[in-house]
Amino acid sequence: MRELISPLIANMQITPEQLTEHGLSEDEYKKIVLILHREPNMTELGIFSVMWSEHCSYKSSRVHLKRLPTKGEAVLQGPGENAGIVDIGDGLAVAFKIESHNHPSFIEPFQGAATGVGGILRDIFTMGARPIAAMNSLRFGSLDTAQNRHILEGVVGGIASYGNCFGVPTVGGEVYFADCYSQNPLVNAFALGIFEKEKIFFGRAEGAGNPVIYVGAKTGRDGIHGATMASAGFGEDASAKRPNVQVGDPFMEKLLLEACLEAMEKGLVTGIQDMGAAGLTCSGCEMGARSGTGIELELDRVPQRESGLTAYEVMLSESQERMLLVADRDREAEVLAVFHKWGLDAVTVGAVTDDGLLRVRQSGKVVAEIPNVALADEGPVYNRPLMPPAKPRVGSKLAGYSFLDGCPDRTVEAFLDADRNPGQHDYSRLLRLALTSPNLCSRRWIWEQYDHMVGSNTMVGPGSDAAVIRVKGTDKALAMVLDGPAFEAARDPREGARLAVAEACRNIVCSGGRPLAATNCLNFGNPEHPDVMWQFSEVVDGISEACVLFNAPITGGNVSFYNETFEEDIYPTPVIGLIGLIEDLSLVTTSAFKDEDDSIVLVETNSRSERIDLEEERVLQNLVSSLIRDGLVKSAHDLSEGGFAVAVAECCFSTPDRPVIGARVRVPSNLEVCRDLFGERPTRVILTSRDQDQVLRRAREHGLMAHELGRVGGDRLVLEYENDSAVDVEVAELEGAWRSALPGLLENKSPFE
Amino acid sequence: MKFGVVVFPGSNCDHDCYYAIESVIGKPVEFIWHQDTDLAGFDAIILPGGFSYGDYLRTGAIARFSPVMGSVREFALKGGLVIGICNGFQILMEAGLLPGALLPNIGMKYVCRFLHIRTETVTTAYTNALEKGQLVHIPIGHGEGNFFTDEETLKRIEDEDQVAFRYVNAEGEPTEAANPNGSLHNIAGIVNENGNVLGMMPHPDRSSEGILGSEDGKLIFDSMVHALTVV
Repeated sequence: MRELISPLIANMQITPEQLTEHGLSEDEYKKIVLILHREPNMTELGIFSVMWSEHCSYKSSRVHLKRLPTKGEAVLQGPGENAGIVDIGDGLAVAFKIESHNHPSFIEPFQGAATGVGGILRDIFTMGARPIAAMNSLRFGSLDTAQNRHILEGVVGGIASYGNCFGVPTVGGEVYFADCYSQNPLVNAFALGIFEKEKIFFGRAEGAGNPVIYVGAKTGRDGIHGATMASAGFGEDASAKRPNVQVGDPFMEKLLLEACLEAMEKGLVTGIQDMGAAGLTCSGCEMGARSGTGIELELDRVPQRESGLTAYEVMLSESQERMLLVADRDREAEVLAVFHKWGLDAVTVGAVTDDGLLRVRQSGKVVAEIPNVALADEGPVYNRPLMPPAKPRVGSKLAGYSFLDGCPDRTVEAFLDADRNPGQHDYSRLLRLALTSPNLCSRRWIWEQYDHMVGSNTMVGPGSDAAVIRVKGTDKALAMVLDGPAFEAARDPREGARLAVAEACRNIVCSGGRPLAATNCLNFGNPEHPDVMWQFSEVVDGISEACVLFNAPITGGNVSFYNETFEEDIYPTPVIGLIGLIEDLSLVTTSAFKDEDDSIVLVETNSRSERIDLEEERVLQNLVSSLIRDGLVKSAHDLSEGGFAVAVAECCFSTPDRPVIGARVRVPSNLEVCRDLFGERPTRVILTSRDQDQVLRRAREHGLMAHELGRVGGDRLVLEYENDSAVDVEVAELEGAWRSALPGLLENKSPFE
Repeated sequence: MKFGVVVFPGSNCDHDCYYAIESVIGKPVEFIWHQDTDLAGFDAIILPGGFSYGDYLRTGAIARFSPVMGSVREFALKGGLVIGICNGFQILMEAGLLPGALLPNIGMKYVCRFLHIRTETVTTAYTNALEKGQLVHIPIGHGEGNFFTDEETLKRIEDEDQVAFRYVNAEGEPTEAANPNGSLHNIAGIVNENGNVLGMMPHPDRSSEGILGSEDGKLIFDSMVHALTVV
């Protein structure tokens, strides 16, 4: 190795071992030397290593991400800033984004998840928006093992602790279980904030001579190399990386929120960026690079939690709850006063310059000097080899019943038997098995730990198709949802991505909204594996196709690679965060059946394919929208994992404003009873209405199939199949089983039998 | 008539209370910074929910030392209306303005959900718009709301009609299953001896509009307005 580098570098100071420790390749090192016209010192090497890490530089994904649609009428800010921004009318805008915190959450579940929430909240309020909603998408290994139960409890506790204390309602999310996440859980955190669209702040360092001000928590040794850690897989030594995980302080973050918004409101801030991954380094060089300016930092002035921090440590620390801001030089004192009022450290640590360099001084000496643009924009870009795998990853279980992939063998066998040997089966029992299975059972145990009401805007909290937040001062509401294809993307990444976008849009439409824009979190295995890069490329194409069609541009997001343990890659797991606008509060619709005697109707496409036809999907969504707009819909629920029977049961379960309610329903028959009850096909919605005839007529006019199913009422769920009652159960009892299944799994008790 | 909403560092329902008073009840309201001590001109003080000072110590244990709390005490002793909601209740207890303690929930977890409470007394400034026994559909959201006190105090607050609300099921019965946090006698809210200070764990600020799932909480604010109008 030495020989390869040496023609370029005469007396190399940095050893190959140091390069490996920093996750930098030889070629990357040569590029650094070319940029600097000299060898970097250790501090500079550290700075390059974090900025050029996969996590910060998107070096493997950039060439593909360019294919995502990012423009749209409502989009005020697309990818590249701390969060995407869309116009919602009335002079208001929302900022929103999703980000992963997967690796830290495996090493230290509680703090890993908590700081993930903290990071995404800062991304929102750094733009000037007050966070008004949060969601999360989680993946864990099977709850059969104590380790996975510990991870889940820690992650949920961490999210709750941070969000509840900060004061943002956690209004929705999704959770799935599969063995591939056993050593690599996924924690994707979404946040959304609202502000006046004239008052957006950006991460820019404008105006040479303006002060660069550090605010918030003190810098410590925590989180050094967090970004580099998130850019490598785990081996045996995962627990040794625990010191790389930061510790969250939601109270500090709450003070930081209020102080930042107050300083912004007073017009004191010209640019601001939070210190997240790669800490002071990242916020400094990115703000400078965006404005074409330089940043000078004097590290002796940086508030420090302990003495003796080296320049390397200060620049790379990922201590939480810190912000870097640039103020007008005449108003420096006012900025400091606002932060001091909130009891926060606020110190001028440097100044904007016009030479384009990140110049770092410590004890009077320059310890690093690197062009901002080289760090932020000129990192390596890889077009890594792609190769479809020889055979699809999953496929051993039953196609069309994705929920079974996370089920115990016993449950899988029961469904296999019913699917292959039609005839006499106890379908009430199968429904119960499905509803108590890990991937379909109630998530209430999780979301009751989240404050989902603070802010007094929550019209629809967790448990319906999408969460709905009213917008104070208007008659509008925002619908939002996170959707990741549970297992489809493993079989067919492109199809999985198309399904995820379509389902997210369907959820928004069923809630009375129209899709506005999306954010995505792309969780994948090792990008150096050609099949993983192929999955990635396929997913990007699938998302692009669907987002174009549904007019839901991607305004930002996050890529998380190296989700692997012992060289086993996770399933490709794209998570779509979609927001929609509900034009009037009266249009807000939920999935729950409402009143006795309401008619139940199933609307679906004529196709019986398990693959999605996006054009047909759009027709269906347009129909549902227009029916809601015309006041014909009392409830709307899309059919998803677990198919028809599970969807109807979910509509019967209790909600905050009514107890359980029954239904008597005829199941549309294709003479495959198990598949007709539980099989999954996209583009299907269950509606209830007082005017069934009109719903049926309008559906047919759209070229869709519509079936009269029956009526809401009573306290039993009866599913009739070919004139026989296939399922006949007491709803309250079924709901009890559905609801207690997850707590049961966590106590390692079988939820059933 | 003017309401004041105290803002402690870490309060996070301050805006919700402000909105409920200004936009739902339609009365003047101002924020009061925790370091301010002048309560002149205010007719009712709200201590909102949240995590004052992060509540890393016992909930409310630090907030009670905030400068504003001295003035709140004087205000209450003179008969002024002081309502503490959730964290505000915890602070009132730490400040000694209400008896008892709020322990961690018996399930050791934060719980956020809608439930029912039953109106136990209608002679206070907070319940005069309610009927005795009336059920109120209202949410909770807390990790430490388990009301506890010694037997003597418990007997006294029961005998003196100081229990304002009790957790009950949909049929109005104070069962164990209806008790979300282990509170003694299913107590959800209490008033002081004079009836002018109320502490309650459930959130009327989150249940004053039908679109949020319930407008029952508004009756508590309406009662305050009524009491202030009559005076």
